[in-house]
Amino acid sequence: MILARAVDVSRHYGDTVALDHVSLDIAAGEIVGLLGPNGAGKSTLISLLTGVRKPSSGQVELLGADPRRPESRRHLGVTPQETGLPGTLRVGEVVDFVRAHYPDPLPRAELLSRFGISDLVRRQTGGLSGGQKRRVAVALAFAGRPKIVFLDEPTTGLDVEARRALWDGIRQFHAEGGTIVLTSHYLEEIEALARRAVVIGGGRVLVDDTVDAVRGLVAVRRVSLTSAVPLPALDGVTATDREGDRWHLLSPDADQLVRDLVTAGVTFTDLEIRPASLEEAFLRLLEEPCPA
Amino acid sequence: MSGLILTHARFQLIETSRTPIAIIGSAIWPAASMLAFVVPYAGDDPHFATYATASMLTFAVMSTNLFQYGVGVADDRVQPWDPYVRTLAAGALPRFAGRLLAGLALMAVALLPVVLISAFLTAATLSPFRFLLAILTTALIAIPFILMGLAIGYSLPPKAAVVVAQVLFLPLAFGGGLMTAPGWAPGFVDTVAPYLPTGGSVRLMWAAVGEYPFSPTAVVSLLTWTIALAGVALWAYRRDEGRRFS
Repeated sequence: MILARAVDVSRHYGDTVALDHVSLDIAAGEIVGLLGPNGAGKSTLISLLTGVRKPSSGQVELLGADPRRPESRRHLGVTPQETGLPGTLRVGEVVDFVRAHYPDPLPRAELLSRFGISDLVRRQTGGLSGGQKRRVAVALAFAGRPKIVFLDEPTTGLDVEARRALWDGIRQFHAEGGTIVLTSHYLEEIEALARRAVVIGGGRVLVDDTVDAVRGLVAVRRVSLTSAVPLPALDGVTATDREGDRWHLLSPDADQLVRDLVTAGVTFTDLEIRPASLEEAFLRLLEEPCPA
Repeated sequence: MSGLILTHARFQLIETSRTPIAIIGSAIWPAASMLAFVVPYAGDDPHFATYATASMLTFAVMSTNLFQYGVGVADDRVQPWDPYVRTLAAGALPRFAGRLLAGLALMAVALLPVVLISAFLTAATLSPFRFLLAILTTALIAIPFILMGLAIGYSLPPKAAVVVAQVLFLPLAFGGGLMTAPGWAPGFVDTVAPYLPTGGSVRLMWAAVGEYPFSPTAVVSLLTWTIALAGVALWAYRRDEGRRFS
């Protein structure tokens, strides 16, 4: 069964194209990771699927109906941004406000204990630490026993222990049959939770594949070196960046690149190799015409 | 549905009551105007004091609602909490109605000092029946101003909402005849007033508290305003998608 669907969806803000003919199906029981650089269109796609915004063209469905209709959202859970909790309200009051919107919500005490925030129930949200706010925000997504949950950067700013605890909560929801769409800046987080990953860039779906396949695509090394002479053409280099004598090369195979440099007789110094960030990897994907 | 309305009303009330200065602020201004203008100048005459109190109440109803909703809603919309609430299974009705209920409750608090000052410091008098009638009328005339506030709040960013509320507020008060006793306004005000929401409202209030003739024109005009403002508010709400890129 398809729980959420986008069919040939575009969304413009004035002249800016945020989404450009995107199609996506989310089936029941899936955990789908949404990845992509900032401004790629992830948030816009989620806002369309959760009924916050309307597509400029194309069609979105949530649980078989238009997400703009309130009834379609009775089995939807979403995380607010943690900065968005109403500061003067107590955690318990916010939780009760959200629970009142669902036909069969989780009891308050059960929800709070599941996310380890029972001791915060009397605290005003404005006085919580960033990590505590984040946990409250994620808990709100699960308050109504939803069928599908959208988690936007659920563990940003959490320490390792809190992150593991949250992952356990998400896995438990999934084991009970729940469907999850999550965005993250960390490939590690997507790897830990999802089987399927969708990479969005420039408003389009660049890759829609297994997490393993996506990891292969984004496993890029950044090789930096200093050389006074221009470098020869090198196989496998996907991006070159130069600051004076300092060269930065991106390549999926750093070992081969270094061998080639040595074979070509380039006199280089200060060799440095490190994994490229996800952001750099996405930019590389964006530059390729059609990687999938 | 009614449960959700109460949920949203409670949310608004809790939020406002946690910053009590907001409530005190909206209560101080009408009370101060009563003390500064009505008590010294019309306080001894039961007839004028009663009408002046009714005018002052209408004035307070207009200003509290215009600012509370116009500026309050525009402010809320730029908070990141708002797009989240839009993902909950509640449409425009529970959110509007909830705000409406909470607004009426807060307005009652803001108006109470005006009524107390009028009762104890002026010669104004009112029979229990007329007093009840006045309370009912106050709640009724609040509706178009709440809707006007919502229309402003949902169609404009906060800074623009403040300006528009301020620009509307004086002409509405003056043009509606709130600054003068019944029949004492300049001629053109008397002509225009019944067709303004303020003029229609204050005429209903005067009719509720005294011998002022009930004016069908004012009622029809007020109803028309209410329906039109509800339409604008709803349109603005549906069109609103919160902040870009949020």
